[in-house]
Amino acid sequence: MTEQPQVAEKTAQPPRDVLLSCDDVSLSFGNVRALVDVSLTLRPGEITALVGDNGAGKSTLVRCVSGIHRPDRGTITFDGARTDFHSPEDAREAGIETVHQNLALVEDLTVWQNLFLNREIVRRLGPVGLLDRRAMQSRAREMVATLAVNVPAVGSRVRRLSGGQRQAVAICRAAGFSSKLVIMDEPTAALGVQETARVEELVFRLRDEGHAVLIISHNFAQVIRLSQQVWVMRAGRCVGGRRTAETTGEEIVGLVTGAIGS
Amino acid sequence: MTNTTTLRASGGPNWSHRLKDAGFWAEWAALVGLLVLVIVFQALNPTFLSPGNIASMLVAAAILVILAVGQTFVIATAGIDLSIASVMTLGAVVFGQMYQAGLGLGVASLMAVVSAGAAGAVNGVIVARGKITDFIVTLGMLSAASGLALILSDGKPVTVIDPLLLRLSTTGIGIFGWSFVIAIVVAVVAHVVLFHTRFGTHLLATGGSPESATAMGISTARIKIAVYLISGLLAGLGAILLVGRIGAAEPAANTAFLLNSVAAVVLGGVSLFGGRGTIVGPFFGALLLIALVNGLTLLGVSQFYQPLAVGIVVVLAALLMRFQK
Repeated sequence: MTEQPQVAEKTAQPPRDVLLSCDDVSLSFGNVRALVDVSLTLRPGEITALVGDNGAGKSTLVRCVSGIHRPDRGTITFDGARTDFHSPEDAREAGIETVHQNLALVEDLTVWQNLFLNREIVRRLGPVGLLDRRAMQSRAREMVATLAVNVPAVGSRVRRLSGGQRQAVAICRAAGFSSKLVIMDEPTAALGVQETARVEELVFRLRDEGHAVLIISHNFAQVIRLSQQVWVMRAGRCVGGRRTAETTGEEIVGLVTGAIGS
Repeated sequence: MTNTTTLRASGGPNWSHRLKDAGFWAEWAALVGLLVLVIVFQALNPTFLSPGNIASMLVAAAILVILAVGQTFVIATAGIDLSIASVMTLGAVVFGQMYQAGLGLGVASLMAVVSAGAAGAVNGVIVARGKITDFIVTLGMLSAASGLALILSDGKPVTVIDPLLLRLSTTGIGIFGWSFVIAIVVAVVAHVVLFHTRFGTHLLATGGSPESATAMGISTARIKIAVYLISGLLAGLGAILLVGRIGAAEPAANTAFLLNSVAAVVLGGVSLFGGRGTIVGPFFGALLLIALVNGLTLLGVSQFYQPLAVGIVVVLAALLMRFQK
């Protein structure tokens, strides 16, 4: 039962062309068809952006990938295996971590307690398991040091952190524990200019460490800055995908609004 | 006491860091208040700190400490156990009936704890699975448990004179009566559970942010059930000490124990909104309340003034903590 998380693997398996692929994924809530035959792929080691208007189905798709929803039809293949997630825990075990829009941090707990929430390192003393606080604190320091520069002591409570620092903690948590794919739902929506820049740096560093990143964003300039691949959703459908290098902000806006047909 | 403080110090970050934390002061406010009371009462009446009076205060504090620990677990999850005192009454009555039926001290004690634990578990299941507010569920249990106690006892007290139970409530190590020693053990174990186990962390996460805890895969329903179960079991332990102290199992209301258990937790700086709490705080909070009542009695203040004084102290403490933030 001892939960000894491993360091994020930098030398993953031989590069595959596709890390995640959604094939004809559909999901309805009652009469609302939230997703209609959505097909898209994610390459390993890349930042992929998912854009679209409010209600286009981005979050619903992400929730399918991260195990919160189960698609009615279609398949999701991750790292070469067909997935059948029944809970976010299943997705996490497979190596898919999600940074939720509300960050899912507990304000009254410390940074290290949040990093290890529900994955605490435990020392067995007979029948009882006692927290190995020292080990978690030093591991937390490592996790923070490799990724985020602006996070204060891991012993401080999250309540005292700024919005950007909280985002950094949530991203560190997602990046640790040998995740292969980190999903971020509008990571900079509530941040100022400087903090946004810091989080974007963090996203690049995540990619350089070997994580694939799927980012939902409303900010087209940011999408162009960060991503290598863009997928556009409209009214529950995936209406197009472009290599970021080969497209422009205008073209993406056109796809989002429907001015440009797919 | 030393045990709890050293554990706390070794586990936390360095002291200069802690001194800046408002929570640190809230945690120790009860101890500071206790020291002030002790100095004032000792100045007004020198018998206050006589070994005999200290010993009797500690014995009087034992049950309240145990209940405050149970209450702390519940309040740390942003709940409240209003039934804690009547569940203790139920446990005491079950004890009395079992003892009267000649089943012996062991079985009677076990059944007291089991019945009180069952009442706590019912609270927990209804709160967690039925998704009904803690306040309403435990208010219902307050009435139900008292009623059950009246039915089981037919409204009559049962005299319990057991040599072992008598020793428990009258002897001890030095000035520490056995019942107080038990309370210390409960507090130390509770501290370890809260700060040195996964369960404790998940409990604080559940109280602090249920959505985040759920998102990280923690079953907040199971945590809720567990804290009410713990609260019930501790009420059962309190019941045994209560019977030993009174020498009888009475279907009395014990309302003061309910109010004082919540008061001790508030004095101890535990947030009623959950997510933040200590065991040391409520421990000293309970001692403070007992010292207050004892000191007023020594000074010859009428009993009628004591609840008033307790109320004023609790509200003042809550106000002080509010301003600290």
